[in-house]
Amino acid sequence: MNERVEVRKTYKLFVGGAFPRSESGRTYEVLDFEGDFLANAAKASRKDGRDAVLAARKSFGAWSAATAYNRGQVLYRIAEVMEGRRDQFIADIASAEGVVGLDAPRIVDAAIDRWVWYAGWADKVAQVLGTTNPVAGPYFNFSIPEPTGVVVAVAPQASSLLGLVSVIAPIIVTGNACVVIASTERPLPAITLTEVLATSDVIGGVINVLTGDPAEIMPWLASHADVNALDLTGITDPALATELEIAAADTVKRVRRAAPDEDWHEPATLSRIRGFVETKTVWHPLGV
Amino acid sequence: MTVTFPAALAGATTSAASLRQFLHGLPGVDEVGAAARAASLGTRSVKAASKSWAIDLAIRMVDLTTLEGMDSPGKVRAMCAKALRPDPTDPSAPPVAAVCVYGDLVAAARSVVGDSVHVAAVATAFPSGRASLAVKLLDTRDAVAAGADEIDMVIDRGAFLSGEYQRVFDEIVAVKEVCGGAHLKVILETGELRTLDNVRRASWLAMLAGADFIKTSTGKVVPAATPPVALVMLEAVRDFEALTGRLIGVKAAGGIRTSKDAIKYLVIVNETVGDRWLTPDLFRFGASTLLNDLLQQRQRMASGHYSGPDYVTID
Amino acid sequence: MTFEYAPAPESRAVVDIASSYGLFINGEFTSPVDGGSFKTVNPATEEVLSEIAIAGQADVDAAVSAARRAHSQAWGLMAGRDRAKYLFRIARLIQERSRELAVLETLDNGKPIRESRDVDLPLVAAHFFYYAGWADKLEHAGLGSNPRSIGVAAQVIPWNFPLLMLAWKIAPALAAGNTVVLKPAETTSLTALAFADICQQADLPPGVVNIITGAGDTGRMLVEHPGVDKVAFTGSTEVGKSIQRAVAGTNKRLTLELGGKAANIVFDDAPIDEAVEGIVNGIFFNQGHVCCAGSRLLIQESVAEEVLDSLKRRLGTLRLGDPLDKNTDIGAINSAEQLARITELVESGEQEGAERWSPECTLPDRGYWFAPTIFTSVTQAHRIAREEIFGPVLSVLTFRTPDEAIEKANNTPFGLSAGIWTEKGSRILWMANRLRAGVVWANTFNRFDPTSPFGGYKESGFGREGGIPGLAAYLQTDDEGQNS
Repeated sequence: MNERVEVRKTYKLFVGGAFPRSESGRTYEVLDFEGDFLANAAKASRKDGRDAVLAARKSFGAWSAATAYNRGQVLYRIAEVMEGRRDQFIADIASAEGVVGLDAPRIVDAAIDRWVWYAGWADKVAQVLGTTNPVAGPYFNFSIPEPTGVVVAVAPQASSLLGLVSVIAPIIVTGNACVVIASTERPLPAITLTEVLATSDVIGGVINVLTGDPAEIMPWLASHADVNALDLTGITDPALATELEIAAADTVKRVRRAAPDEDWHEPATLSRIRGFVETKTVWHPLGV
Repeated sequence: MTVTFPAALAGATTSAASLRQFLHGLPGVDEVGAAARAASLGTRSVKAASKSWAIDLAIRMVDLTTLEGMDSPGKVRAMCAKALRPDPTDPSAPPVAAVCVYGDLVAAARSVVGDSVHVAAVATAFPSGRASLAVKLLDTRDAVAAGADEIDMVIDRGAFLSGEYQRVFDEIVAVKEVCGGAHLKVILETGELRTLDNVRRASWLAMLAGADFIKTSTGKVVPAATPPVALVMLEAVRDFEALTGRLIGVKAAGGIRTSKDAIKYLVIVNETVGDRWLTPDLFRFGASTLLNDLLQQRQRMASGHYSGPDYVTID
Repeated sequence: MTFEYAPAPESRAVVDIASSYGLFINGEFTSPVDGGSFKTVNPATEEVLSEIAIAGQADVDAAVSAARRAHSQAWGLMAGRDRAKYLFRIARLIQERSRELAVLETLDNGKPIRESRDVDLPLVAAHFFYYAGWADKLEHAGLGSNPRSIGVAAQVIPWNFPLLMLAWKIAPALAAGNTVVLKPAETTSLTALAFADICQQADLPPGVVNIITGAGDTGRMLVEHPGVDKVAFTGSTEVGKSIQRAVAGTNKRLTLELGGKAANIVFDDAPIDEAVEGIVNGIFFNQGHVCCAGSRLLIQESVAEEVLDSLKRRLGTLRLGDPLDKNTDIGAINSAEQLARITELVESGEQEGAERWSPECTLPDRGYWFAPTIFTSVTQAHRIAREEIFGPVLSVLTFRTPDEAIEKANNTPFGLSAGIWTEKGSRILWMANRLRAGVVWANTFNRFDPTSPFGGYKESGFGREGGIPGLAAYLQTDDEGQNS
């Protein structure tokens, strides 16, 4: 019997809503948990990182100016489209993470549910984190959370889908734009997610997904002056984490520290949202 | 009577529409900011020789006032005697700037003060201003004929607040005309105008119509003069001079009872329009009880101990 | 005779400055182990006020250990309501001693007594009152479950508002249950040491507050100390960056309140007279030694001339001189070093072609002084439009449209504060929305309140002081990750 020769895939990056190859032309082999070949992924270079930051910055204006209601709709739409591709994600997870039985569906469902959870936050964050401040004088004074800007995140290495979603969603829900480096060895769930993002309502550039080696790309992004914050969650090498934190100081970036062992099945909290918002306080006199 | 203005203001009074446009084109006043500025000037500390000088200046700026239904020639004559010689125990105490009375008591006042202090009459259906223009003009003519050399008129606040700026303007022009040589003080009654934007507009309206002085209040409405109101009026006077070269006086009337308050006003004058306005010709206090406090302060500074109410006269 | 404000100096008799001060560690004044000291001077006269101890490594170790012990054995275990009572006690003592503290602040810092008396001290007391009330209500702050202290906080503060910055640091830290080691700025240690005395007076348990004095080295030893759990710094962006580098790779939490280059934007429909006051208050308050100073004035072209004329006229009434005189508006520059920096930047402004103007102003012979200065014809490219001068120097630029105002205002690595002057409500909100700055003052400037969060975007730092965000900077909860 002739077995069908499968079409082998070489995946690309997801930058500015498009799927470019790495400008370097490099790819690397992605293996499954048993070490068998799965696909080729683009190996992003520092210039791809720079392009992704540019795309993120370009989208930031429109995304942060969108109504909170609209942003919530967009996040919820991602969950809807993921739901439609549930089987593909389950297969991706099973081959990437080696999870068996009901674990793979459980992970995918948790990832979809996480989008839904964060989608609902879009129009509530300002009410929960914002305040009106009773200053001792004839002024009306209020504080509101605003997105920090462009956030570069390193997704968890092990939890290639749930961890990834848990990192991206809280960054973008408040209006930030994000460049995320997917799990190096398990990038396929992230790549499938980019296909979801491309067919949902996310403005191009709000989420940019790079595949490759954080150790190669991150030093450039940590020192990039047009990046406002770093999420180092997926950095596993403490020396690299320290080096990146030091580089971040050049432009006083906000940094969320490495947390390679975070349990992504735990319920999410506001903590990640808080990490990437600024508090803006506005004063105005009260007079006639 | 026509007032001629430089180009910057020439168009302002040609029609009701242009007048409205001009007044509404003035910069707004932020109430909290103006109050903060006035309060900060109130923390200036004036000491020793300057304080003595300021107290005497304040005395010389007082329009000693009685505006009661029970006023009589006898009461007015007593007040006038005090106006001439505020402190009978100290001849160095200067006379006040003017006495301010109702029109029917101008003759009684003039008979006492002669030419030594001015006699100001409130006119134009003071304090409400609710009478026909003919009555207001007659009221003014009577006072001038009786010897008043200053007329304190009230504007029609109802007309101002309903946006009939031209009517208010025309009334001031008409009153000014019958004043003849008498100086015209235009009372804005800022307590009824409520907002500092209105105070600024009314100040300009009065100046454009020919006021020699703009005055805060009748003293019959609370709040009367306040430091922020005086500040805004002085700013208007300052800006009017910059455009026209004309120096308009300001009278703060009502609610100023202590020397400390009076000095705060003088500081606001000094820092807003400069020391050229620190003269009775350009700044006045409309007051009755203020004078006695100024005199007690004066006695304290001369004697080195605190004075008491029995050491100043009640007239 | 003209209307002169005769000198009205506040009496120095209310303060009692010792000839030398030790370090305040574990509730007691102690001599530094290595015995070093430096002189602190009155910047208005260059008179030496006192000798201040220099804390070395052994002293920093002792202070951090004392704070650790106090945290684990007393303050960290104490019921919130009792912490509250200590903080209320401190707030009251500050009110009671406010005249003394105001005079001391003015002597050591050079700021006008009018400001230390009417602005700094009332805000210092208010800050302690505000956070005192939070101490037993942490779970109501909405910051996550099981809110609790972080541990030992290392706090380094600047010289521009010495006691106020101390209050901003210590009040929320103590309310949340932390203990602190605070280092005041080298040139302004005296009110922090007076605060140590207040801690003793309040019977605050030993080690809860430790005050160590010294220069940059002492500060560095403190923030790098491994026994510290939280670092809070207010000061220059340059030092802030070095601190951020120093805490990299540790578990120390960090908040930074750094420099600024705020735009104060005046539209043609602004309340001009109040805007002029706001401009003056924005840049000449505290000699411009204010991180949120409105140092870039952006005026709409259609009113530029009118606003500048008013501004110049107003500057003519500013009174520069003896900071202890109640009528003084502009006091002394805090140090010779700062004066040199201001002078250097102002010279660069002239060299780069901006036009310099100052009102007629006689500077005292002794002490460090700089006349209020305005630069016109400034462009975004000038150094004086980009670098923080931290002095009484205003750079004036113009704009034509609201978009251009936003672009120019945001075109800086800083993002601490901004001002908007317009009578149009919708424009205020439109502008406030787009300004990338942590504090936006609309039709006012340089207002502060303990309930109002303060802090910057971008290189102006991260974290907030004041309000609930100010409390968050000193708490950990079960919901948190590892934000630095």
